[in-house]
Amino acid sequence: MPIQTRRDDDGQTLVISIEGRFDFSTHQAFRDAYEHGDPDVRYYIVDLSDTTYLDSSALGMLLLLRDYAGGDSARIVIENCNNDVRRILSISNFEQLFNIR
Amino acid sequence: MDDPVAEHTRPLRILIADDSDSDRLILKTLLKRLGHEVLDVANGLDAVSLFRQEAPDLVLLDALMPIMDGMEAAREIKFLAGERLVPLIFLTSLSEASALARCLEAGGDDFLSKPYNRIIIEAKIKAFNRMRLMHQTLTDQRDLIRERNRQLTEEQEIAKRVFDNVAHSGCLDATNIRYHASPQSIFNGDVLFASPRPAGGVLIFMGDFTGHGLPAAIGAMPVAEIFYGMANKGFNGQDVLREINQKLKRILPTGMFCCGAMVEADFKLNQVQIWNGGLPDSWLIRASGEQVALPSRHLPLGILAPDQFNAEFERVGAAPGDRVLMMTDGFLESADSAGNVFGERGVTGTLDRLDVGDHPFDAMMAAVHRFTGNFEDGDDLTLCCLEMMDEAGFATLPDRAAPSALAGPAEWRCTYEIRERTLGEFSPLPLLLHICMEVPGLRRKSGEIYTLLAELYNNALEHGVLELPSEWKHSPEGFGRYYAERNRRLASVEGHYIRFTLHHSLKPDGGRLRVVCEDSGQGFDFRNHPSVASGISPTTSGRYAGRGLLLLKRLAETIRFHEQGNHVEIVYDWQFARTAENRND
Repeated sequence: MPIQTRRDDDGQTLVISIEGRFDFSTHQAFRDAYEHGDPDVRYYIVDLSDTTYLDSSALGMLLLLRDYAGGDSARIVIENCNNDVRRILSISNFEQLFNIR
Repeated sequence: MDDPVAEHTRPLRILIADDSDSDRLILKTLLKRLGHEVLDVANGLDAVSLFRQEAPDLVLLDALMPIMDGMEAAREIKFLAGERLVPLIFLTSLSEASALARCLEAGGDDFLSKPYNRIIIEAKIKAFNRMRLMHQTLTDQRDLIRERNRQLTEEQEIAKRVFDNVAHSGCLDATNIRYHASPQSIFNGDVLFASPRPAGGVLIFMGDFTGHGLPAAIGAMPVAEIFYGMANKGFNGQDVLREINQKLKRILPTGMFCCGAMVEADFKLNQVQIWNGGLPDSWLIRASGEQVALPSRHLPLGILAPDQFNAEFERVGAAPGDRVLMMTDGFLESADSAGNVFGERGVTGTLDRLDVGDHPFDAMMAAVHRFTGNFEDGDDLTLCCLEMMDEAGFATLPDRAAPSALAGPAEWRCTYEIRERTLGEFSPLPLLLHICMEVPGLRRKSGEIYTLLAELYNNALEHGVLELPSEWKHSPEGFGRYYAERNRRLASVEGHYIRFTLHHSLKPDGGRLRVVCEDSGQGFDFRNHPSVASGISPTTSGRYAGRGLLLLKRLAETIRFHEQGNHVEIVYDWQFARTAENRND
């Protein structure tokens, strides 16, 4: 399974990890990872440590997550990007929408 | 498709060919008792001709027959069946392995040994019927996919033609623009538009929608309409971008957006303005060889709400001969057969090796071509190169056909005044141009009219209201300072105004447009201004840069200053098109 989720200790943070290619083929799995409507979740972490590649449809999926998590008030951290992934995020200036670290 | 259950239980039409009358009768009786319909013949030749006539579902062939044996008949029947799977079973008392192998090589699918065993015959016929039906299903599905694909290609072809009509109404074919866009690029989500600006210069937009196919192509239409519609009317790049962003934000679902870059080139001011949101670095390659990266500084279009969208352009000076290079992601993602991508390294490497005489467009295309080897396959890249040139060398709007000059408004007058903070937020030029363009006789002159209006307006705003010294623009450092100061001063324009009065009337041989531009500024000493008095371009001047004034003088019949120099009046005449060109001289 290329997408895994876990809750951080306090139960309020949903961590979504993506392994391998983050592209259109992971569309459904990525949505399933957060669309369960659990009211306890207030923070999201998208962990890209094992993500080798990210394309523009993945950027679109991140926007969908942002919308789901409240749009401008969403609290989403994208972390552990490799250089290629980081470059794609910064060409599109996604730092303006997400906390990338 | 037929009901599969009915198809499985339907009696089969079975062709038997056997020269032994008794064997044939036994088999025929047996198959009829199983419920099948049986056709029977006594040699291979008859088998082939009956097969051709009746197209049975299954064939049972004796290997050894007079006239034409089973092997020969099997070859003919398999040939006639073509793509259809018709199971062909040899009836044989042969037991030698090589003889049996020859039967299969001739096209047979299996054997039945004589004497017949009823249970085995029934089982084999069922098994082969299953195989036959599966083959039939696959063939039907393949045909369906093939047909759907043909329809899709046809629809795309039509959609592409419609799109081409909308998208290519611009000036991509101008001599100073080089570009590559694959014919199908629209279905990769790539768009490229270019339009001459009424003020002179050119506006270019390159975009890359997320996704592929029809969903990616669909956003291109409104963007093309907005781009060409607004660029033609004299809106600047910022306004066009804001409109595109707002439109895409409204129509695209979340998760779909458009990476894009817009370049506004002004050949009069020798400057390029660029906005890049999500495309790879664009490059300014100066005639001197110097290279400046113009990276993405914004989010792509269609993501941010209008009030959050930042349409601020980056401004760089660029002289004739300097070139701007823009590309989509597809260019960087061009891959060789091993899957390695051209990448940013490919681009910067090519630029590093660029000689002064090389055209960057050719160098870039050659480099990516060399890299991929099989260019045709992965051809979904878009590349565009704009060369800065002398203002005079670039033909702006094409001369339109001479309209009937007497139609439309001829005698009119209007006054339009913008005041207070609107001075900093709104350009009246598209509106004023629009009013003038209602006069058919002025329509062919839209470039000149726009220039006149723009010169008057910019002088009134920048030097009249904002009191910016034009000398600043003469040095590269001052250039930046000038625009920073302009933005700063625009924030405090209380009590200021700029008023245009347009007055049009007919004359015997054409028409006259009188434009009065007044502003609330201090004015200037026009009586002692060198270029007002002599027409010689001055090296320094208080209010008017020599160039702007000379331009006004060249285009207009007369130009007069009133009051303390904050009231300018110009007269512009146009003539009816001559009906007989040769009566002249």
